Amino acid sequence: MECVFGMVGNGFAVVVADTSAVNSILVHKSNEDKIMILDSHKLMGTSGEHGDRVQFTEYVQKNVALYLFRNGIPLTTAATANFTRNELATALRKNPYSVNILLAGYDKETGPSLYYIDYIATFHKIEKGAFGYGSYFSLSMMDRHYHSGMSLEEAVDLVDKCILEIRTRLVVAPPNFVIKIVDKDGAREYAWRESIKDTGVSSA
Amino acid sequence: MARYDRAITVFSPDGHLFQVEYALEAVRKGNAAVGVRGTDTIVLGVEKKSAAKLQDSRSVRKIVNLDNHIALACAGLKADARVLINKARIECQSHRLTVEDPVTVEYITRYIAGLQQKYTQSGGVRPFGLSTLIVGFDPYTGVPSLYQTDPSGTFSAWKANATGRNSNSMREFLEKNYKETSGQETIKLAIRALLEVVESGGKNIEIAVMTKEHGLRQFEEAEIDAIVAEIEAEKAAAEAAKKGTPKET
Repeated sequence: MECVFGMVGNGFAVVVADTSAVNSILVHKSNEDKIMILDSHKLMGTSGEHGDRVQFTEYVQKNVALYLFRNGIPLTTAATANFTRNELATALRKNPYSVNILLAGYDKETGPSLYYIDYIATFHKIEKGAFGYGSYFSLSMMDRHYHSGMSLEEAVDLVDKCILEIRTRLVVAPPNFVIKIVDKDGAREYAWRESIKDTGVSSA
Repeated sequence: MARYDRAITVFSPDGHLFQVEYALEAVRKGNAAVGVRGTDTIVLGVEKKSAAKLQDSRSVRKIVNLDNHIALACAGLKADARVLINKARIECQSHRLTVEDPVTVEYITRYIAGLQQKYTQSGGVRPFGLSTLIVGFDPYTGVPSLYQTDPSGTFSAWKANATGRNSNSMREFLEKNYKETSGQETIKLAIRALLEVVESGGKNIEIAVMTKEHGLRQFEEAEIDAIVAEIEAEKAAAEAAKKGTPKET
């Protein structure tokens, strides 16, 4: 039921993830941030087992930081993606991580890029991609409306179309989504799309 | 005495670990390094031996950062420094991974000192031949700290300290002239201490300044030259003033 999707636009890449944390029939919370900011210009949207997701993404994040301190320059998006894939592949036949990843980044020399890395270490460099049941709807939507070199407004419009489709057509659709973008100015949260707000504790 | 200085794990009859003391000698032969703690600024300065003409001086960085808020300078065997620095950088990230908190300056100093001590109590290894000056701001309270470690594995906090060649003269200077400073004054104090033992000029000194907001910033040669010129002017003015007043009683 977890939905993660993303696409590359003109000088930026956008990753969208649902924000529900679910255990069988119980919703733990509806504002779980599943898009980790690895460093100033990299984002990693993830879906899968919660424990594995947090463990693995934090591990990648700290290794990206270590590289920066050791070498004085940051890892490229491609290098980060290959490192991530390698870690998944090494663990695969011993102790696999059940994590699907969409890695988006911006490099000065090569511009924005998006990588599809699934839990059995499938590795693709893509323009648009998605994971989960939501992918049936968001991929179709993107196939219809995506074109390369979209502006941010066009891309966010397409993202909203995908979210609408998921909300209408997926039986247990997640209520809330978070949108993060990465461009030459860095990786940052762009917006939330909430249909259910977590209510605070009402005062007596 | 000669029989007790081979193996690191052997005490001499009068309680010395000679290998550790010889390691301290190696430090005394290393480049001069100085650290000064101000209220909002911490400065590290290192003597730069005149660069070989064909060498790319940018590849010889003597002041490094271990994390966003921690920096280190050292005196002694630079190859040993690489090993320690690498381990410390890994520990900084490992700490962040396991407890979701950046290290405190004291924690990483204790870690580095612990590593140095381990190598004074193992068979078949020799101590690290370097002393380090570790500076940083506490990630939550913002308090600046300066620590020093040495090959024996001891560490302590300092307001200002020097290590390496002629460290005694620099420390004496610092003891005479230290006062609580901030910003530019802290930088000047560090450079003045270094100038006591190093030939004057931007190309013989490497300076890096750590502030809470901007982390570690390495100074360009031109910037250092400018401050050195300021210091020399102040010195000259002080000399002139001294010469001008003796007749007055």
